[in-house]
Amino acid sequence: MLDKFGIAKRIARELQDGYYVNLGIGIPTLVANYIPEGVAVVLQSENGLLGMGPFPWEGEEDADLINAGKQTITMTQGASLFDSATSFGMIRAGKVDLTVLGAMEVSDSGDIANWKIPGKMVKGMGGAMDLVASAKNIIVAMQHVNKAGESKLLPSCSLPITGLKCVKKVVTELGVFEITHRGFELKEIAPGVTIDEVKAKTLGRLVVEGEIPEVQI
Amino acid sequence: MNKVKQNAWEAIADISDNCTLMLGGFGLCGIPENCIAALVKKGLKGLTCISNNAGVDDFGIGLMLQQKQVKKMISSYVGENAEFERQLLSGELEVELIPQGTLAERCRAAGAGIPAFFTPAGVGTEVAEGKETREFNGKTYLMEYAFDADFAIVKAWKGDKHGNLVYKDTARNFNPMMAAAGKITIAEVEELVEPGELDPNEIHTPGIFVHCIFQGENYEKRIEQRTVRTRE
Repeated sequence: MLDKFGIAKRIARELQDGYYVNLGIGIPTLVANYIPEGVAVVLQSENGLLGMGPFPWEGEEDADLINAGKQTITMTQGASLFDSATSFGMIRAGKVDLTVLGAMEVSDSGDIANWKIPGKMVKGMGGAMDLVASAKNIIVAMQHVNKAGESKLLPSCSLPITGLKCVKKVVTELGVFEITHRGFELKEIAPGVTIDEVKAKTLGRLVVEGEIPEVQI
Repeated sequence: MNKVKQNAWEAIADISDNCTLMLGGFGLCGIPENCIAALVKKGLKGLTCISNNAGVDDFGIGLMLQQKQVKKMISSYVGENAEFERQLLSGELEVELIPQGTLAERCRAAGAGIPAFFTPAGVGTEVAEGKETREFNGKTYLMEYAFDADFAIVKAWKGDKHGNLVYKDTARNFNPMMAAAGKITIAEVEELVEPGELDPNEIHTPGIFVHCIFQGENYEKRIEQRTVRTRE
């Protein structure tokens, strides 16, 4: 089983040299800590920055420099700043190579729900709807089941949708799944996890074919 | 040309009950602190506020929510504000949640003389309900309208007496589009200088968009999520 750091490490292996990457709040943010050696990526923060660096040293935090999660950050050498319209312009125009998001539910056709639980929780979609509507490559990082133990990989989303047919890959504590027209295709399985456990916790269409390698992180 | 006001109180003098306001900022970053404080003091009611977020419980637009001054909020993300969520779920506050890029573009369009545009964000979701859709090159898009705001209230780092503005770091966010979009635009700045002191190459908002400007005071610039590395 992968912990949240393992999920982030596995997703970091998807990064390629020269990628512009947008990381969502939560586990996706952790991906920045595991960028492989020799791979240079530029992190986009949709509130108006390309070239997001690590958190500032204590005492050097600046209220005018935050990321989309409202955390104090720094800028890398070669960073650029812009307004929100320009930021979402580059997102809608498909300039961002990879988007990593959290989710409450994902369907086996790639729909994602992550912004609202009717009557209970309303935080808003923020930039997620813009990102999923246009991004070329969307990976979801999330737990396989919710707090009640119910599958989050479903035949169709029960919560309000954020975007349709947009998720390409899901990485959970159980493994790595590619979403194709056949559903969730299990590509890698986490250490210590059985196929039966994956089957039991996946309500959407699941495809398990041939030998499934263990997740390498 | 006299755009300079002495303080926030003077700058917001023409704003009345039931107006539609745009307020710049992302979270608490780049918000017009002085004008918000003046709006709270003035006690205006029935306001419609277009702003990406609604502040936190005791700062930013959260202060206006506490006083029940806001009739309707148009935002993309309202997490981290318990009073907002309470007013929303109880139905006291009308809320329109829209995708952040759509919010930015609806501001931009308003300041660019574009009445409406098509975006893919929100297709197939609640956001699309009742909206016109159209297909371009095999992909579906939603029609969204430019905002129509009585006043835009923005915060910049530096400004000159002609209303030219320069923003700092990610405090820029929605401020430039909102500055351009307001029928009347009020800018508060940390440093107000004479015309000629700002490098024309580096001006983000040309003064034509700004109707009144003042140098703010006592900026708190509260940090919402203080994240740091500690030296071992």
